[in-house]
Amino acid sequence: MAQNETTKLILYVAGETPKSLAAIANLERICKELDNRYEVQVIDLKKEPRLAREHSIVAIPTLVRQLPAPIRKIIGDLSDAEKVLVSLNVKGAQ
Amino acid sequence: MDQSVSGDPEKTTVGIAKSETGIDGFDELTLGGLPTGRPTLVCGGAGCGKTLFASTFLIHGARALGEPGVFVTFEERPTDIVSNVASLGFALDQLVDEDKIHIEHIAIDPSEFVEIGDYDLEAIFIRLEAAVERIGAKRVVLDTIESLFAAFSNPAILRAEIRRLFDWLKERKLTTVITGERGDGAFTRQGLEEYVSDCVLLLDHRVQNQISTRRLRIVKYRGTAHGTNEYPFLIDSDGFSVLPVSALGLNHKVYDERISSGVDDLDDMLSGRGFHRGSSILISGVAGSGKSTLAASFVGAACRNGEKAAYFSFEESAEQTVRNMRSVGIDLKDYIDGGRLNYFAARPTFYSLEMHLAVMLREIARLKPRIVIVDPISAFDRSGDSNEVQTMLLRMVDYLKSHGVTGVFTNLTHAKGDETLTDVGLSSLMDAWILMLNREAGGEFNRELYLLKARGLQHSNQVREFIMSENGLQLRAPYLGQEGALTGSRRRAKEAEAGRTEAVRAAEVERLKQQGEHRRRKLEAQIEALRAEMAAEELEARRLIDAESAYLRRAKLDEEEARAMREGVAVRKRVDGGGNGAE
Repeated sequence: MAQNETTKLILYVAGETPKSLAAIANLERICKELDNRYEVQVIDLKKEPRLAREHSIVAIPTLVRQLPAPIRKIIGDLSDAEKVLVSLNVKGAQ
Repeated sequence: MDQSVSGDPEKTTVGIAKSETGIDGFDELTLGGLPTGRPTLVCGGAGCGKTLFASTFLIHGARALGEPGVFVTFEERPTDIVSNVASLGFALDQLVDEDKIHIEHIAIDPSEFVEIGDYDLEAIFIRLEAAVERIGAKRVVLDTIESLFAAFSNPAILRAEIRRLFDWLKERKLTTVITGERGDGAFTRQGLEEYVSDCVLLLDHRVQNQISTRRLRIVKYRGTAHGTNEYPFLIDSDGFSVLPVSALGLNHKVYDERISSGVDDLDDMLSGRGFHRGSSILISGVAGSGKSTLAASFVGAACRNGEKAAYFSFEESAEQTVRNMRSVGIDLKDYIDGGRLNYFAARPTFYSLEMHLAVMLREIARLKPRIVIVDPISAFDRSGDSNEVQTMLLRMVDYLKSHGVTGVFTNLTHAKGDETLTDVGLSSLMDAWILMLNREAGGEFNRELYLLKARGLQHSNQVREFIMSENGLQLRAPYLGQEGALTGSRRRAKEAEAGRTEAVRAAEVERLKQQGEHRRRKLEAQIEALRAEMAAEELEARRLIDAESAYLRRAKLDEEEARAMREGVAVRKRVDGGGNGAE
């Protein structure tokens, strides 16, 4: 079931802060472990502050799993890959 | 930290700049409002009015001062906030449409996310900054930032972020109100007060004797003088109003002008001109001694002179008072209808003591009457201990005096002999004290009035009988006889007796007067007769004198004639003899 669906992820960062950079690096590593098709979008709120409100983002960095529904959010620099995979509920697809 | 240091030179040169909140009373209390460009923490328990305080601050800025504001809500949805304040007459949605207010709803549902690794709250800053820049905000409200603590599990990050947020707000010179939930033993649950060093307000909602009172206290206000008392505040259809009831000192206005009590006889007791304007007058007495009636008479007199009056009754409704006063010839209805007399009737238990005071003061401030009646102050005896009642009266009297308003207070005392003792605490507050007595003598109760004191006024020391009739209020001097001062029917009997004696005496005097007159008239007649006699005598005498002189003249004439005749013969003889000789 999960294979057919695209995992759509958005990572919200704010400028090139160490936390943001760490989150991007961590996400890249995690994505390699994903079997599904996935899309990753990185949004820099410093450049697009409007989106912080529209997507009701509070913490930085925040990773949002847009698809599959329901929406899930992870805040933090994603330093624990295992936990991230569990949280995204994609690990079980293997 | 840097910010507060760099703010110091400003403070020493021009004092702290302040931003009006638009909250009645609060701006006066703080001599201008909240510190401009700095955060203020407003803390208090649930339902104590924090959000309303914050909204009023923001709306006032946007509407009246041209200072747009950002309302950051962590709890309520923007629509709820709009509808909450709409009930108070604030068209918040309109201000939002006009871009004068921006509501930023930062909703955080802890079940929606997990925390993995390090994070910060930069997104809040970004959102806030975008909002502030969009409308050019000068004011910010954060309501309630503590809900973040419920959402995030890492308090260390939160504390660092909140500190950063406050620094950020100060750096941008945004006047900010931060609300915080009251915690055990601390002002706020998360100790927000440690981040906000400029101004901390505490709102409180206490229930005492089943009566709840809202109170506000300025815990801290750096760089400005402020009262440390608790001030009651009110949330009603007019919004949030703090009622500064503090005594700011004894700088009262003093008047030499006199005002009438509406009872001419009472004015006469005070060298004929009544009481001083702006004085506080206590009317104390037992039940049914005419306290309210006398108080209403003061009101009637003021209204007749075209002055405004406020009547706070804690026992009777307006209709009742109007009817009752009509029976003694005081018609208050026209004055009430004409808006000159404002009548407020409330049960003493409706509010707490302080709230009653606060409400009264607010009405007084609004209406600006020249005379205020509180009838009776003894109604509060059950609402608080006598100390509190006295404190309240002190504040009331202070307020009235500093505004040159005459205050008339009635007080019910108990008949057990010590009328004066029960009022000892009140006496020092009052400039004049009218004691109303209702004493039994000769099988009847008679009302008596006595001026116990009247500061700065010459006054009669007499006990007068107080008479209420359809002709109005009158004071009669009691009959002072050998049996002492008499009042009522005994006075009347004595007066009648004296009247009878007087009538007899008057008749006697009249009789003697007439007798005298009669005698006088008789004597006058005699004098007249004698005068006539004398005139006759004089006439007779004159006639005699005339006759005598006529006789004498005649006699002389005759004598001359006789002599002439003799000489004539001789002459003729000589003439004849000569002629004859020549021939």
